[in-house]
Amino acid sequence: MTELSHLPAWRLAELVAAREVSARELATLHLARIARADAALGAFLLVDEAGALGRADRIDAALARGEQPGPLAGVPLALKDIFVTRGIATTVASRILAGWIPPYDGTAVARLYAAGANLLGKLNMDEFAMGSSNENSSVKPCRNPWDLTRVPGGSSGGSAAAVAAGLCAGSLGTDTGGSIRQPAAFCGLVGMKPTYGRVSRYGVVAFASSLDQVGPMTRNVRDAALLLQAIAGHDPHDATSIDAPVPDYRAACERGARGLGGLKIGLPAEYFVDGGGINPEVERAVRAGIARLEDAGATVVPVSLPHTKYAVACYYLVATAEASSNLARYDGVRFGHRAEGTGSLLELYCKSRGEGFGPEVKRRIMLGTFALRSGHYDAYYRKAQQVRALIKRDFDEAFTQVDLIATPATPTAAFRLGEKAADPLAMYLADIFTISCNLAGLPGVSVPCGFTEAGLPIGLQLIAPPLCEEQLFTAAAAHELATDFHTRRPPELA
Amino acid sequence: MTATKWEAVIGLECHVQLATETKAFSASASIYGAPPNSCTDPTVLGLPGALPVVNRRQIELALTLGLATGSTLRRRSRFSRKHYFYPDLPKGYQISQFDEPLCEHGTVEFVVDGVPRSVRLTRIHLEEDAGKNLHRAKRSLVDLNRAGVPLVEIVSEPELRSAEEAGEYMRTLRQLVRWLGISDGNMEEGSLRCDANVSLRPVGATTLGTKAELKNINSFKFVERAIEHEIARQTAILDAGGRVVQESRLWDADAGTSHAMRSKEEAHDYRYLPDPDLPPLVIDEEWIDRARAALPELPTARRQRLVAEYGLTVADARVLTEERALADWFEAAARAHGDGKRVSNWVQSELLRELNRDARTIDACPIRPEALAALLRLIDDGTISGKIAKEVFTKMYASGDAPGVIVEREGLVQVTDTSAIETAARAAIDANPKQAEQYRAGKTQMIGFFVGQVMKATGGKANPAAVNEVLARLLGA
Repeated sequence: MTELSHLPAWRLAELVAAREVSARELATLHLARIARADAALGAFLLVDEAGALGRADRIDAALARGEQPGPLAGVPLALKDIFVTRGIATTVASRILAGWIPPYDGTAVARLYAAGANLLGKLNMDEFAMGSSNENSSVKPCRNPWDLTRVPGGSSGGSAAAVAAGLCAGSLGTDTGGSIRQPAAFCGLVGMKPTYGRVSRYGVVAFASSLDQVGPMTRNVRDAALLLQAIAGHDPHDATSIDAPVPDYRAACERGARGLGGLKIGLPAEYFVDGGGINPEVERAVRAGIARLEDAGATVVPVSLPHTKYAVACYYLVATAEASSNLARYDGVRFGHRAEGTGSLLELYCKSRGEGFGPEVKRRIMLGTFALRSGHYDAYYRKAQQVRALIKRDFDEAFTQVDLIATPATPTAAFRLGEKAADPLAMYLADIFTISCNLAGLPGVSVPCGFTEAGLPIGLQLIAPPLCEEQLFTAAAAHELATDFHTRRPPELA
Repeated sequence: MTATKWEAVIGLECHVQLATETKAFSASASIYGAPPNSCTDPTVLGLPGALPVVNRRQIELALTLGLATGSTLRRRSRFSRKHYFYPDLPKGYQISQFDEPLCEHGTVEFVVDGVPRSVRLTRIHLEEDAGKNLHRAKRSLVDLNRAGVPLVEIVSEPELRSAEEAGEYMRTLRQLVRWLGISDGNMEEGSLRCDANVSLRPVGATTLGTKAELKNINSFKFVERAIEHEIARQTAILDAGGRVVQESRLWDADAGTSHAMRSKEEAHDYRYLPDPDLPPLVIDEEWIDRARAALPELPTARRQRLVAEYGLTVADARVLTEERALADWFEAAARAHGDGKRVSNWVQSELLRELNRDARTIDACPIRPEALAALLRLIDDGTISGKIAKEVFTKMYASGDAPGVIVEREGLVQVTDTSAIETAARAAIDANPKQAEQYRAGKTQMIGFFVGQVMKATGGKANPAAVNEVLARLLGA
């Protein structure tokens, strides 16, 4: 039997509910693994040992009293440090929020707790979720457990590394331009960005409000369904959350066993162009993944998303403009870092922000501020929104012909630390296959579809129409049934 | 050089706090005068991860104002972020409306020196208030209770021509928002604030001169003074051949003067951005229909109706429509009694005197309108005299008791028994033969003297008509 640290989260929940394993055992086991391995990995920014054990005991006590176990009873999770957690420091890996202890829980966090989940700690990330390698963390870099010289991806790099290394049973990330799917691909995980508005953003530190979305990062498809089930649904605290019923995602996964007969999958020509930057090894694995979907009964047809080439430019206008606005609140007045010995209000602002934000965050604030300047709005932000509408229309038209779209999740497998750190534009292009989903508000999932010769995971991305996460789960589950990638484990860390 | 060479062009931007129980974009309570920072929550504080959600009540109140001013209501409007850094602005931006305001093209009508005026409104938009900075000797404190309180900003066209007009416009606006129940319009507590754009141009010119924006006019007393001061300031500059500088000026009520704000204080590029946290505000017809159905009769219409229906003078109707509650009170009393003109006289002379003395509003009036009608009926049926009725009224106001109860308890029922009056009249004539002689010699106004004597002898309770009749008979004999 697989040891507890690598069992699926859904299986752990069953064991805890049946009182075959206690929540405390799971917490203790994972805390020990974190203590042993995380110095090399750098996935955790905060390990809440006392809190985790206390929560575990309360979960066990409730079960002992005969209370109904939640669907995530005792499951040890850790969250990207972008989720606001009451009483537990939340920093977005930024100096500007160092020491901030939130007075409230975000909606996704509260729903995880309500489902019985335990929280082990907070995970590393690119500062303010701005980055694709986790190298923009102001605290420390995070490494890929499959190869410690490589990045885990980003911005949810800590989440990907911790789940892949078995330091927690699952995690939530956020995805603004690929920040769940890209690190999931780099670390061999299932990572889903749901439809914009499917999961509340209340209590998620904002990067780009019209693009940000919360989603699960797990070692298998059914775990992703389990986590999304717990957090999805309308939230009166988020005006952009969708008021639509949440379907049974587990049932959707189970339908994968019946095959994909009748499912039509589109391959967008623009994602597979020669010289488009896609690594041949990656392309082979992605095409093999698509072939598995065909084997399961799906038909594959070409589709076109003609405005794809504008996506990166469009994204970096929308995302930076919104970021420059969202990050205005970090002013040193009410919370977080405040510069010492300032003589005037202007100095207080300039020094606090100057000291508190890292270089990539500053770069994006400046880009966004520039784009929103009076007189620039029409040329930049408004134009970007118009392009965004065209990109969305591309997908709308494609989805009149197909049920899902399949693409690579990333152009390459995980790159080395430092490889792209000096070249922001090269880094931005690491998200080239994922950002269109965010611009169009569509759900997308990355699933493991193979490994490079060097043993690095490769991700296949599936994209669905709005609120069609069920179809993603069904197809992802069917694909998973035909592979053993999800059972492979990175080397144990000493 | 004389001031008449120049014509003043004035536009007002008024901020009105909406009387909602919670804030514009969160469920945090909105209570004036609460302990500092007690009316806050993660959204009001701008904490990381907190999000705004539109309080629908503020939309209803703004729609009411839009309908009352005959504005065009935008079926789909948008909230935008207006960015600037200031400690009283927690998010670093204010949620406001920029290119798609809720209401446009309304009008406000008022009267100056008996002449009706109508000023067009450019727009009425929704936005959230900022908090307050409190400056101490060596540090500043921030109170965010006011942050996030819903406001409407009412922007007039530059169609006002004098400080007096601007003052009357403001008074009308204040009366309107109070009438509609959307704000208490209290300038002292900051529920109503005003910035004025003032420029001068040669009389007869059609282009606009360079304007100065007067900020911080936060007391009713100072609206006219501040604008008069600004007109005088610009007149002096132009008369001397100078040029007005476009700038923001801060009105200093204590000094009675204004000073230019440092350019840094106003050099803002607000970087407006449609707020991605808030979907477009869609107003459907049903919502508008409901707001229209709930709209009370407006002050002007009410005045006209009071004149037509109760035969009041315009001046009387104006007094009675100062407050909607007063007009309601008057109409309830007038309907209960039937003679609106008399009810109006009683309300204006007796009731308002008592209320004003105690600085009470009509809502706190201890007399119910039906009780005034009952009092007047006691006069009508001869139970008490008008003079006694005023005493009874004072006692009603003090005790809240019904007039019949007071009359009974105090033995104030009018004497109509002619024999009792005759006895008193005979006594008065016998005691004052000289005056009786004068009356008989043709000085008939002397009857008033005898009426007084009889009333005094009967403690004011004698029916005046009966007294007159008896005296005329006895003196004439």
